[in-house]
Amino acid sequence: MADLLFFLEVLIGGLLAGVMYSLIALGFVLIYKASSVFNFAQGAMVFFAVLSFVGFMELGIPFWAALPVTVVLMIFVGMATERMVLRPLVNQSEETLLMATIGLAFVLEGMAQFLWGVEVRRLDLGIPDVPMAWLADTTGIFVSVFDVVAGVVAAIMVIALALLFSKTKVGLGLRAVADGHAAAMSIGIPLKQIWMLVWATAGIVALVAGMLWGARNGVQFALVWLALKALPVLIIGGFTSVPGVIIAGLIVGASEKLAEVYIGPYFGGGIELWSPYVLAVIFLMFRPEGLFGEKHIRRV
Amino acid sequence: MNIAATSAVEERAPVTDAAGQPILAVKNIEVIYDQVILVLRGVSLNVPKGRIIALLGGNGAGKSTTLKSISTMLASERGKVTKGSIEFDGERTDQLTPNDMVNNGMVQVMEGRMCFGHLTVEENLIAGAYTRSLSRSQMREALDQVYHYFPRLKERRSSLAGYTSGGEQQMTAIGRAMMATPKMLLLDEPSMGLAPQIVAEIFEIVRDLNQKEGVSILLAEQNTSVALKYADFGYILESGRIVMDGPAKALAENKDVKEFYLGMSSEGRESFRNRKSYRRRKRWI
Ligand SMILES: Nc1ncnc2c1ncn2[C@@H]1O[C@H](COP(=O)(O)OP(=O)(O)OP(=O)(O)O)[C@@H](O)[C@H]1O
Ligand SMILES: [Mg+2]
Repeated sequence: MADLLFFLEVLIGGLLAGVMYSLIALGFVLIYKASSVFNFAQGAMVFFAVLSFVGFMELGIPFWAALPVTVVLMIFVGMATERMVLRPLVNQSEETLLMATIGLAFVLEGMAQFLWGVEVRRLDLGIPDVPMAWLADTTGIFVSVFDVVAGVVAAIMVIALALLFSKTKVGLGLRAVADGHAAAMSIGIPLKQIWMLVWATAGIVALVAGMLWGARNGVQFALVWLALKALPVLIIGGFTSVPGVIIAGLIVGASEKLAEVYIGPYFGGGIELWSPYVLAVIFLMFRPEGLFGEKHIRRV
Repeated sequence: MNIAATSAVEERAPVTDAAGQPILAVKNIEVIYDQVILVLRGVSLNVPKGRIIALLGGNGAGKSTTLKSISTMLASERGKVTKGSIEFDGERTDQLTPNDMVNNGMVQVMEGRMCFGHLTVEENLIAGAYTRSLSRSQMREALDQVYHYFPRLKERRSSLAGYTSGGEQQMTAIGRAMMATPKMLLLDEPSMGLAPQIVAEIFEIVRDLNQKEGVSILLAEQNTSVALKYADFGYILESGRIVMDGPAKALAENKDVKEFYLGMSSEGRESFRNRKSYRRRKRWI
């Protein structure tokens, strides 16, 4: 019984962390689908967003004002990226665009540190990192309130994005653009508008992810590497599949925590750092298009 | 679109020239790709309101380039209209984007029937109305009007467009363009790679759209015989120049057109080889 409870505890903790991975991976998918750009700068955007948020608060702007201000800033960064980095490179190869986003990552990292300094900050969202009392009392499972709130916020974002994709007019436009730029343009879908929207949305996703992770681990440069956590999620879920990366995020989150607890001791611990990549490699061998990744439709 | 007005279609007076009230006037345009590749050298053509005009020519003649110049899609392929002018519905198009053109009532159906393969047929159609803001019921109505012209699409509405047949994809592409309620369609080789009876089916629908909805049509085709059967007037493009024009009937009966574009010859097949000045066409009939 105690074993089962412990298992559940680890599983829930893993799933909650997994939703966060899903969220970050969705930022990638959004941009990749709409413009075939692998956005290397996603991690830098996370860092830039949350550091700016903390910076605004340090200037004396209260929490609830700093949030919309940072959202506006990230929308602006997204639109500026589309305008200054991607638009001039229209029709270039995917490799060229990837290089451009690597450049963008350095610019954002540099700018964030230039504007706000390099020291590690604390971000207090006012959510206690203590076990949920009633859950602990009734079932004996210890799950942090903070993890639950973070998981719920991330889940809400993920659901909102999934609905944006599948149910709205803009979402249809986005899927059309993802399917073929020229065809989308020929029926009057304004590509630039869609791209701006996608980058602005990715900016907001970056802010939310940065706040949740920053509050837990400190607002620091290491957030840049958070984006690397999204890579196995993308490989497992498929680069173009919204439901795929949501589920893959959960799988990665749960499996890395379970692996750490149950297999870790045999390897001397620390395997959650690399076990997702092992999983990703296994997927690459047996299901390279990912869980739900669309196979290319070749029939013409 | 208006299904109510589908009743008796009047017999139209044959077109003897492409004058008349033009909805589209292309004047002496020169087009250059990548700043060095000169592709069109002084192309002029007129599309009178409510007519079907054919733009004929072989591979690489410049048909698609002409259509892309008109729809302003050229810019995204690093092409540029360097001389001349294009007027659609009385307005110069130099500064306009494809989005503006669709808003002004012109939609291009691109070569190779570029459907959104991962979207269903119906989603493709709905995307076609992107520039309009329609309520749910108006959207239903617009879809039903397209299904009225393309009953096959209704059957396939929930299939992924990428898995439908070539003919169905071409229909999806044309139907999608109609969802924007255009005044004018630019059709780029709708017959490409399709069986003759499907080509005929599609052209009948195109004629219907032209007659019942009053959509003016500029049709780029290599399939000269089919195009001349449905068009009112035709232009023949060769290496970026208009080399001949005339009413469709007259072109179809013209000796040179017959010989070099329709693959018929009174003097027998040998005559091709003696006329090096004409390039051989890959697909004639
Ligand atoms: N994006 C481009 N960049 C450079 N050259 C181009 C481009 N597009 C077309 N061309 C060239 O312009 C010429 C005309 O091409 P275009 O596609 O307009 O011909 P077409 O009449 O439509 O031929 P087809 O019947 O094969 O479609 C060709 O020589 C082609 O190589
Ligand atoms: Mg062409």
